[in-house]
Amino acid sequence: MNFITSFLLTVGLFIVGYFGSRLPFVFGLVIPYTALTLFVLGLVCRMIAWARVPVPFRIPTTCGQQRSLSWIKSNNLESPFNLLGVVGRMFLEVFFFRSLFRNTKAELYDGTRLVYGSNKFLWVGAMAFHWSFLLIVLRHFRFFTEPVLPCVLWLQDLDGLFEIAVPAFYLTNFFIVAALGYLLARRLFNPQVRYISLGSDYFALFLILAIALTGIWMRYIDKVDVVKIKELVMSLVAFAPVVPDGIGWLFFVHLFFVCVLLAYFPFSKLLHMPGVFFSPTRNLANNNRAKRHINPWNPEVKCHTYEEWEDEFRDTLKRIGLPLDKAE
Amino acid sequence: MSEEKKIKPNEILAGIDYNPPATGWMDTPVDFKKGTFCNSVPAKFMEYLGQPQPHEWKSYQDDWGLPDNWREIIFEGMRERLKKFRTFRVFMDICVRCGACADKCHFFIGSGDPKNMPVLRAELLRAVYKRDFTLAGKIMGRFVGARKLTVQGIKEWFYYFFQCTECRRCSVFCPYGIDTAEITMMGRELLNLLGLNIGWVTEPAANCFRTGNHLGIEPHAFKDSIEFACDDVFDNTGVKVEAPINRKGAEVLFVSPSADYFGTPHYYTLMGYLLLFHAVGLDYTWSAYASEGGNFGLFHSHDMMKRLNNKIYHEAKRLKVKYIIGGECGHMWRVLHQYMDTMNGPTDFLEVPVSHVTGTRFDHAASTKMIHISEFTADLIKHNKLKLDPSRNNHWNITFHDSCNPARAMGLLEEPRYIIKNVCNNFHEMPENTIREQTFCCGSGSGLGTEENMEMRLRGGLPRANAVKYVKEKHGVNCLACMCAIDKATLPPLLEYWVPGVEVAGVHEFVGNALNIEGQNERTVDLRGEPIKEQEEKKDA
Repeated sequence: MNFITSFLLTVGLFIVGYFGSRLPFVFGLVIPYTALTLFVLGLVCRMIAWARVPVPFRIPTTCGQQRSLSWIKSNNLESPFNLLGVVGRMFLEVFFFRSLFRNTKAELYDGTRLVYGSNKFLWVGAMAFHWSFLLIVLRHFRFFTEPVLPCVLWLQDLDGLFEIAVPAFYLTNFFIVAALGYLLARRLFNPQVRYISLGSDYFALFLILAIALTGIWMRYIDKVDVVKIKELVMSLVAFAPVVPDGIGWLFFVHLFFVCVLLAYFPFSKLLHMPGVFFSPTRNLANNNRAKRHINPWNPEVKCHTYEEWEDEFRDTLKRIGLPLDKAE
Repeated sequence: MSEEKKIKPNEILAGIDYNPPATGWMDTPVDFKKGTFCNSVPAKFMEYLGQPQPHEWKSYQDDWGLPDNWREIIFEGMRERLKKFRTFRVFMDICVRCGACADKCHFFIGSGDPKNMPVLRAELLRAVYKRDFTLAGKIMGRFVGARKLTVQGIKEWFYYFFQCTECRRCSVFCPYGIDTAEITMMGRELLNLLGLNIGWVTEPAANCFRTGNHLGIEPHAFKDSIEFACDDVFDNTGVKVEAPINRKGAEVLFVSPSADYFGTPHYYTLMGYLLLFHAVGLDYTWSAYASEGGNFGLFHSHDMMKRLNNKIYHEAKRLKVKYIIGGECGHMWRVLHQYMDTMNGPTDFLEVPVSHVTGTRFDHAASTKMIHISEFTADLIKHNKLKLDPSRNNHWNITFHDSCNPARAMGLLEEPRYIIKNVCNNFHEMPENTIREQTFCCGSGSGLGTEENMEMRLRGGLPRANAVKYVKEKHGVNCLACMCAIDKATLPPLLEYWVPGVEVAGVHEFVGNALNIEGQNERTVDLRGEPIKEQEEKKDA
């Protein structure tokens, strides 16, 4: 049900984008600017909101040996003791999904024996998706600068290394579609993941898949006028927007999907991208006993002092001969 | 749960189905099945601790006696916590429901109940956050996972937040480090606001607040118990040990979980401590006031944790000790390592711990001034300061269970292994996905170790027991070593159920057995009073 709703929603957005091409001013200028504003402001506001909430306790999840005795080898990446270790741990987490790499699958073998197999599929799928997405976004920078930055050209060459078809087929295009297909199939066919999936979980996948497919479509099948698109994008970047005629409806659909993604981003689970940097179980050092962590709202609480305790048990303490602070 | 009704191991195994039910989780009501939840807290303990809304209620009855404005209370409580805990705020926002956590929870593995997947446990709170605290949830409702909070929802919270042992195994696997222990702690704090908690958490907390320990043991009984242990040490080893209590001016304050002096097999670990301290001539004292290292406040609320933990530094200051050593305990060490200094520090009245025997300065505890006994002992062994005869543990074939908190909230992995390898001759690790940071909970942590919750405990302990079974069959393991008071209390019945024939022991019990001490007797029995030779022969036979 959630799957179908999300699919229909995406189809609906496609249709809106299609008719949007007839209103190039709205769909070429107003919506992109609005979406970008929502994206930037939404993201900044959210990050400020997170940053303003204090971290009262230092609670890293330790996944390796602590630093204690000098002759015991400590693990500064899995149980970081200092800033360097934290940076290393975050780097592995952000760029290589370290924690997901640990993934196992629990199975009740023969109905009697629990076994935990290594399960890297999700990690492979996630890596393929996120890295492809990142490279595709970077590749798109050829539309945003004139002349095109050398590193973008270099990336483009690398991505199209195999020179299959003309124009060169990008590896990332293949990987992103395959990975999204896998992630969708996993949500649909893995009973547990299907059970936890919300409409918005499918929607995020459909939306990005739609962006990728419309992009591929207009690059290889129903080709659009790239020169005119760059003209439009450069004018947007220069804040002197002009919409050239004859860009082709497909581009507007593609752009509209991107705008929806941008606007939707700060209000959705896609916040995991900036969010991972804020996660206190990962971004704090496991040096609790060496360095005091301050809780800015450390509350005054009612405690049971020794004096109160001694008063309550004075007779007993006297009888059993334990030393007293006050005789009476 | 009465004996005749007790569910059999094969019945549990046959009933586990990882396929979720046909109805969505939002539409599947919680079923309070006998044996799978804990009893509600009696009002008197809530009152003693000055908690809000104390009232009598039963978790299995329909009417929980909630105040009329219960929803406002919860919303206000959530609003407050979203402003105080970044974990809570961020974890509510960023979960993508990738499902990596799903089969990492021992309760899910043992029950197949989909709401025991950590993601859904968190979703119970997140659904309310979405609906009442976010724009997207207000507009898109169920599509983004928003759900209206109802009395049924509160019951679900109670059932599932007291069906999480805060073991943090899921957070090891989560790509964003979302920590269900944090979620559960928030959930329990919110339930507290409505006067809802369980007896097994609140009663020990109230006891600890009054007498200094969870069991409510008063000073005379505490003293008796420690003295009994000294006598037993003498009977079994011929060594006369001293155990000073509330002695001012000692170098070290020693704090251990109260179960050590009132539970079995904890008691043998206590005897091990006493022998060790005697062997190295440690100038130390026990405290009858701070007679509890464990902290059920951790399972109740942050404030309660602070209130109970306060005694340790308070007492260290009063007794004018230089530093503190803590005994074998799991969640106790989570509090000591990750919370104590922040809550009740700074400790300018103490000194950085230095071993009087080896001269080792424990700089990693430079701020809290508190070290784990296994750090102390490992250092002694490394410097050859202990005379050890590991053959006295030959009747044990040992495997080591990392307790959740020392493993995942501290990183104390090698110290106990180093000790075990030096005091025992037979040691075998369990499979790697079940130890160290991936260790499985005993299934009874965070206050869930009650009799009435037995079926759920046995289910939750299945993954741990299953790994023990593996090494029992493969290597003939007959003893599970661990360093946690809750483990020592709850693993024996668990193993008796799933893997009969495997005992449970603390690491310092083996240390005590192996220690050679001046003036000792023939050492024909171990600390349990069992003849060493005979046991070996029995094993050979």
